[in-house]
Amino acid sequence: MKIATFKRGVHPKDSKLTAYNTIKDVLPNLTCVLKYPLQQHIGAPCKPLVVVGDRVLKGQKIAEGQGFVTTSIHSSVSGEVTKISEIINATGDISKAIFIQNDNLEETVPNFGDKRDYLSLSRDEILAIVKDSGIVGLGGAGFPTHVKLNPPKDKTITNIIINGAECEPYLTTDHRVMLENTDRLIESIKLLMHLFPNAKCSLGIEINKLDAIRKIESLSSDIENFEVVGLIPKYPQGAEKQLILAITDKEVPSGSLPHDIGCLVINVDTILAVQNAVCNNVPLIERILTLTGDCIVNPGNYRVRIGSSAKNIVESIGGLKEEPFKVIAGGPMMGKAIHELQVPLSKTTSSFIFLTEKSGKLPTERNCIRCGKCVDFCPAGLLPVELNRIVLDNNLNEFVQSDGVDCIECGSCSYICPSKRHLAQSIRAFRRTALSKKLRKER
Amino acid sequence: MNNIKISISSTPHIRAKHTINSIMLDVLIALIPATLAGIYFFGANALLRIIISIASAMGFEYLFQKGTKQPITLNDYSAILTGLLLALNLSSTVPLWVPVVGNLFAIIIVKQLFGGLGQNFMNPALAARVFLTISYAAVANNYLPADSAVDVLTYATPLSAIKFNDFVPSFADYKDVFWGNVGGSVGETSAFAIIIGGLYLIRKKIIDWKIPVIIIVSVLFFSFLFKRNDLGFHPIYEALSGGLLLGAFFMATDYSSSPITPLGNIIFAVCIGLMISIIRAFGSYPEGVAYAILFMNLWVPILDRYTKPRVFGTTRGGKSIE
Repeated sequence: MKIATFKRGVHPKDSKLTAYNTIKDVLPNLTCVLKYPLQQHIGAPCKPLVVVGDRVLKGQKIAEGQGFVTTSIHSSVSGEVTKISEIINATGDISKAIFIQNDNLEETVPNFGDKRDYLSLSRDEILAIVKDSGIVGLGGAGFPTHVKLNPPKDKTITNIIINGAECEPYLTTDHRVMLENTDRLIESIKLLMHLFPNAKCSLGIEINKLDAIRKIESLSSDIENFEVVGLIPKYPQGAEKQLILAITDKEVPSGSLPHDIGCLVINVDTILAVQNAVCNNVPLIERILTLTGDCIVNPGNYRVRIGSSAKNIVESIGGLKEEPFKVIAGGPMMGKAIHELQVPLSKTTSSFIFLTEKSGKLPTERNCIRCGKCVDFCPAGLLPVELNRIVLDNNLNEFVQSDGVDCIECGSCSYICPSKRHLAQSIRAFRRTALSKKLRKER
Repeated sequence: MNNIKISISSTPHIRAKHTINSIMLDVLIALIPATLAGIYFFGANALLRIIISIASAMGFEYLFQKGTKQPITLNDYSAILTGLLLALNLSSTVPLWVPVVGNLFAIIIVKQLFGGLGQNFMNPALAARVFLTISYAAVANNYLPADSAVDVLTYATPLSAIKFNDFVPSFADYKDVFWGNVGGSVGETSAFAIIIGGLYLIRKKIIDWKIPVIIIVSVLFFSFLFKRNDLGFHPIYEALSGGLLLGAFFMATDYSSSPITPLGNIIFAVCIGLMISIIRAFGSYPEGVAYAILFMNLWVPILDRYTKPRVFGTTRGGKSIE
C-alpha cells in the first residue's frame, strides 16, 4: 500500500470516541415534524412540488430545482405537508423549508427499493437518476453530484479520488461505513469506474483506520486500475486540493478546479448514495451521522432520516447528560455551530457534536506574539498573521494581492495560534467578500 | 431542553492547548539550568541581581499598564522573562541600580512604547544590555572571573583573552567554558546549562532547532574564515564561550523580533552568525552576539516581505503553475 501525505497541516486530538460503535438505526418518532430546507446544496434552490395539506409518501420528490447546477429533495417519511415557511438551517442560512408531519405508516412510492443493474444503464441514464435522487456531496460541501460526475467536455478525467480520509476530529461515519458496508462500497467503486472507464481510481484513507483499509484491500483485489492509498493522519488531509496532492503528487493551480488537472474527488458517503440510488432505486433520504461530544449519553454512529431535528434525534437515542454549551453540525474544525436544537438534519450534516462549556468554549483573543506558527502550519502556504492584520485594517485590495483568496478555510491557523486569534474567521469573511465581488489576483 | 441557550461561534471550534502563558512559562523553565549555574558560579551577588531585575521588570510593566489604563498582563510571564533574561545578560558585579535602569529601558521603551507584547521590534533584554554597556560602560562591563582564586585566567572573559592577549585554550579551559567556570555574564557562561534548556525548548516545540543550530554552525564556519589571531584556531572554544549559546537559544529565537517565514528564519540565523564573527574578528569589542542579533532584528520586516512561502498552486514568483 502506498502511504502519502501533504505539506504542513495540524494534528488536533482525534477524539474519535465512536470509532468502534456500529451503525444503528434511529427511527423518527410518531409525533415528529420533519423539515426539509429547500437549499441544502450549492446552486439554485429547489422549488416545492407539494402544497400544504398534500399527503406525501416516503421517497417522494417534494422539491426540485431548475437548471443544471441544482438538485431535488425527497420526503424521508410518509405523512402530510403541514407548512412551508422560512427557517434557519444548520449552515446558519435562512431558507424556506417544507414541514412534513410523520404518520409513521412508512408508505413508500412505487418501485422504491427495486433492484437495478447499473451495467444495463447508459451514462446519461445514470446521471439522470443521480440528479433525480437529490444526491449532493455528503462530505459537507453539498455540490450536486450529477454535475461533478459530468465534467465539461474538454476536460478528461484521469484520476478518480475517493475521499475516505475523515481527518476531522470526532467524526467516524466514513470509517464505520467503509467497514460495515464494504460490499456496497466495492460495488459503488465499480459503478464509478464504469462512468469513467479510462481513469485510475484511488481511495484515500487515513491509516488510523487500518481495519477498513485491510478489509477493502482484500475485497477489491479483482478491480483493475484501483488502489487504496494510506494517508498519514493529519488535518486537513480530506481537503480536496490536499488530497489530490497526496495521492497524485499534483497541485491544483491557483484559481483552477480539480477537473482542470484531470482529477475528480468524491466522498465515500456520496458514492454509496449514488449506488443506493442507481442500484436500489432509493433517493437520498437518510444519511449516517456521528452523534458525539461530552454531553451525550449514548455517543455513536446512527442512520438517520434527513429532515429530523437535532432535538428529536438526540432524544430518541437517550438524550443529553447536561445542557450543551455548544452544538456543532459537522466536524469541529469546519462545522457550523447551530443556534438551536430544532435545526433539521440536512444532507450535508455529517455529525452533531454536543459540547460542554469546558470543551466548547473558545479562549479569549490576545495580542499576536509573532510566533509564526500559523505560517508553519498553513497548508495553502499563506501568511495568516499578515492576512489577519490586513482584514483588521479593512483593506480588501491588499487582501486579494496577498493571496487571501487562496485560503481553503481549513482553520489550521486559528487552531494552532497560541494567542487564540480568530485568524480563520477574519480571513474567511474577507475571502467571501472578495469572491462575491469576483476579485482575484492576476496570475 | 426546549429553550436552552447554546453558544455559537465561527470555526474552528477546538484550539490547541498551548497559550502565550504556557509558552512563556516553558521558556522560564528552560532558563532554570542557566540561572542555577549562574547562581552557583557567581553566588549571592548574582541571585540578588536576578531578583531585583525580575521585580523591576514586573514593576515597570505594571506601572505602564496602570498608567495607560490597559489590562494588567503580568500573569502572562513575559515581563518576568524579560527581567530574568536581562539579569542573565549582566555581570554579577554591576551596581544594583543597573538592572533597574535596564528594565526601565527594556519594558517601557523597547516593549510598551511600541505596542506591548509581540510588538517589540527588538529583543527587549538584549536592547537593554546594549543600552547599559554603551551608556554605563565603566560599571556594566566589569566581568569578574568566576571562582577567580582557582582559575588561572587573568582576563575578564575567555573572548577578551583571545582577542587582546593571543590566548591559546588548553583542555582544562575547554572544560571550564563547558561547565561555566569562567568570567562573563551571569547566565551565559555555562554552555552545559544553556544547552539543556535549549533542548527542552526544542523538545517542547517552542522554538525551531534551525535558528540556534544554524547560528552556531555559521559562527564555526565564519570564525574559520576570519581568524582572530595567528596562534591557532579554536572554533569550538569560541562557540562555547561568550553569549553565543544564550543568544542562539534564547535571544535570537524571540518570537516578535525574529522572522515568521521559514526561509526568513534561515537567512536571519546565517546573518547573525556572520555578524558575530565579523564583530569578534574585526571589531574593537571581543563579544558580538548582542549587537549581531539586534542588528538582524532590524532586518526582520524586510526578510518577512521577501521570503514569503510559495502559495499552494503557484510558482515562487506568484504565477499559477502549469
